Amino acid sequence: MSIKQAASLALKSIMGNKLRSFLTMLGIIIGVASVIILVSIVNGLTSNVVSIFDELGTNLITVNVGGRGSNRSVDPADMQKIVEENSDCLMYVSPSVAFMGTVKSDSDSLDNKTVTGVSEDFEKIRVLKIENGRFFTYMDVTNKNRVCVIGTYLQKELFDGQSAVGESIKINGKKFEVIGVLEEKASSESGSADDVIYLPYTIAQKMSWNGRVSMYYFSATDTDHSEQAVSKIKTELYKVFQNENAYTVMAMSEMIDQINEITGMMSTALAGIAGISLLVGGIGIMNIMLVSVTERTREIGIRKSLGATPWDIMSQFVVEAITTGALGGVLGIVLGVAASFAVTLFGVASKISFTAIAISFSFSVLIGIIFGYFPAKKAARLNPIEALRYD
Amino acid sequence: MTALVNLRNIYKIYGEGESEIHALDGMSLEVHEHEFVAIVGASGSGKSTCMNIIGCLDTPTSGEYFLNGTDVSTMNEKELAHIRNREIGFIFQQYNLIPKLTVLENVELPLIYRGISASERKKKAREALKRVGLSNRENKFPNQLSGGQQQRVSIARALAGNPPVILADEPTGALDSKTGKEVLEFLKELNRDGTTIILITHDNSIAEQTKRIVRISDGKIISDEVKEAQA
Repeated sequence: MSIKQAASLALKSIMGNKLRSFLTMLGIIIGVASVIILVSIVNGLTSNVVSIFDELGTNLITVNVGGRGSNRSVDPADMQKIVEENSDCLMYVSPSVAFMGTVKSDSDSLDNKTVTGVSEDFEKIRVLKIENGRFFTYMDVTNKNRVCVIGTYLQKELFDGQSAVGESIKINGKKFEVIGVLEEKASSESGSADDVIYLPYTIAQKMSWNGRVSMYYFSATDTDHSEQAVSKIKTELYKVFQNENAYTVMAMSEMIDQINEITGMMSTALAGIAGISLLVGGIGIMNIMLVSVTERTREIGIRKSLGATPWDIMSQFVVEAITTGALGGVLGIVLGVAASFAVTLFGVASKISFTAIAISFSFSVLIGIIFGYFPAKKAARLNPIEALRYD
Repeated sequence: MTALVNLRNIYKIYGEGESEIHALDGMSLEVHEHEFVAIVGASGSGKSTCMNIIGCLDTPTSGEYFLNGTDVSTMNEKELAHIRNREIGFIFQQYNLIPKLTVLENVELPLIYRGISASERKKKAREALKRVGLSNRENKFPNQLSGGQQQRVSIARALAGNPPVILADEPTGALDSKTGKEVLEFLKELNRDGTTIILITHDNSIAEQTKRIVRISDGKIISDEVKEAQA
C-alpha cells in the first residue's frame, strides 16, 4: 500500500469522526497556537525595544559620571580631547545637563518639563532631524546664546501647532528664542521623544542647581568600533578618577545585544512551556489511537485476511496519527497567526516568527509519529484469526 | 497433476504437556484444480483450525503445506500476507465487509494490498461486482444492502484478485435458507466456470451440494468421498 493511499485512508478515517478527531487534535492545536502567539508577542516586544534603542543611534555610547571624593566631574573640554585623540573609533561627544523646569509661552504654561543642555554635536550623535529652523551651533554654545530647539509636543501645546521658530518661550522665567523644531517621532505625545527641549549646555549649566555635567553622549565611528571606543573612554576616565566605580560607560550596541539575548531566552522558555501542551496533545493522540485500534480490531483482521502485511497495517495507523498531528498543527498555525494579529488590535505588539511556525509544526508531526507508533505497532501485531473473531 | 492445496501430515497443537490439545492430528489432504470440496465437521472437530491453515492465517506446528506449489508452512507473517493476498479468496460467514467503505472500495481492498494502480483496480473490482450481479450497488455502504447482497459483495471481493482458491467458511450460516441456497447456487456456478472452492461447514445438507465431502473429527479426516455425479 502506498503512502498516498494510507494518507487518503487516514483522512477518511479522521473525517468520518469529526468531533472525536477535533478533540484529539485540540491539544496539538492549543500547543501550536500558544507557541506561535507567545513567540510572536516576545518578538514584537523585542523589536519595539530595539527600535527605540535604534532611534537613539546604535553608535551611541552613554557615560555617567558619578565622581569620587573631591573629584566630582570631568571637564567637557577633556572629553572633547578624548574624541580628538581617538578619531579612529570616536566621532562626537556632547555633555548632557538636565534639569526640570516650567516652560511658558504667551498663552500656555507647562510644568515639570525636562530641559536638557547639550552641545551642537548632539544633533549628529542622536541623528536628530529638524523639521523647521536649525539646531544650535558651536557659536551658540560658546556665546551662551539663549536659544532652544523643541519637540513637536511643545509646539503643539504652547503654540497650538503653529510654527514656533522665531517665537520666544520662558524657561524657569528666562527668555529663550526657539530656533528649531524637531521632526515628529512619536505622534507628539507627552513624555515621548517629541516632548523635549534642548539648550546649549553652557546655559543649562548655569540654570541647573549645581552646574555639574554628570552625563556625556559619545558616538562611535560605527557599531563595530563601539567596543574599542568604550574601552578607550574607560581608560581615560580611570586616569582622571583612579576608581572604576566613579563612572559607567555603556554602548548602545552592547545593550541591544543584551536585550536580544534576554528576550531570546524568554522566547525559548515560553515556547518550551507551551511545547509541554504539545506533548500532552501527543498523549491525547496516543490515547485515542489505542481506542481506535481496539474498536477496529475486526477491520484489522479483515484487512489482514485480505493480504495486508503488518507493515501495511502499521503504516495505516502511523499515517493516521501523523495526519492527525499535522492537521492539528495546521489548525494551530491558523489559530496562532490569527490570535497574533488579534492582540495587535489591543495594542500589544506582536511579530510572527516563521521559525516558530516551522518548528511547532514539525514538532506536531513528530509527535504524531512518536505517539502513533505504539498503537500502530499494537495493531500490526494483532493475530488475524483472533481479530476476525473480535466483536 | 500436482495438487493446488497439498497438506502433508499436518499437526496443530495448542498448549503443552498434560494440557496439550491436538486441533489437527496428522491431517493430509489434497485438493486439485476445479474441485468443489466441502470440509465437514462438528464444532471442535478441528475444521476451523484446518481452514485457518489452508487460508494461511495460521501455520502448522508440524507438517508441510504446499499451496499452488509453494511451501507455506514455514513462512513468516509478511510472506503469509502476500500468499493470502494472491492465492486465496476468503468468504466468511459474517461477510466481514468494512462498514465505512463503499461496496466498490470493499471489493478493491485485496487489490490495494497487491499494489495495483487505481484505475486497474476499479476496473477489476467492477468486473467482479458484475459477476455477482451488483454493478448498480457499487456506491452503497454494506449496511444498506441485504444479507444476501452483502455476501455477494464478499464473494466479489474474493473473486476480484482472481485467486486460484476460494475458501468459504460457513458462507450460508448467517443467511435464511432461501438466500443461502442462492449463494450456494452461485458458488456452484463459479465452480462450473472453473474456480476451485473449498467450503467449510457443519451442515450436511450444504456439504451434499458439493462434489467432494471431507469429514473431520478430532483433527483427523474420517472420510473423503468424491461424488463425480454432481460434476
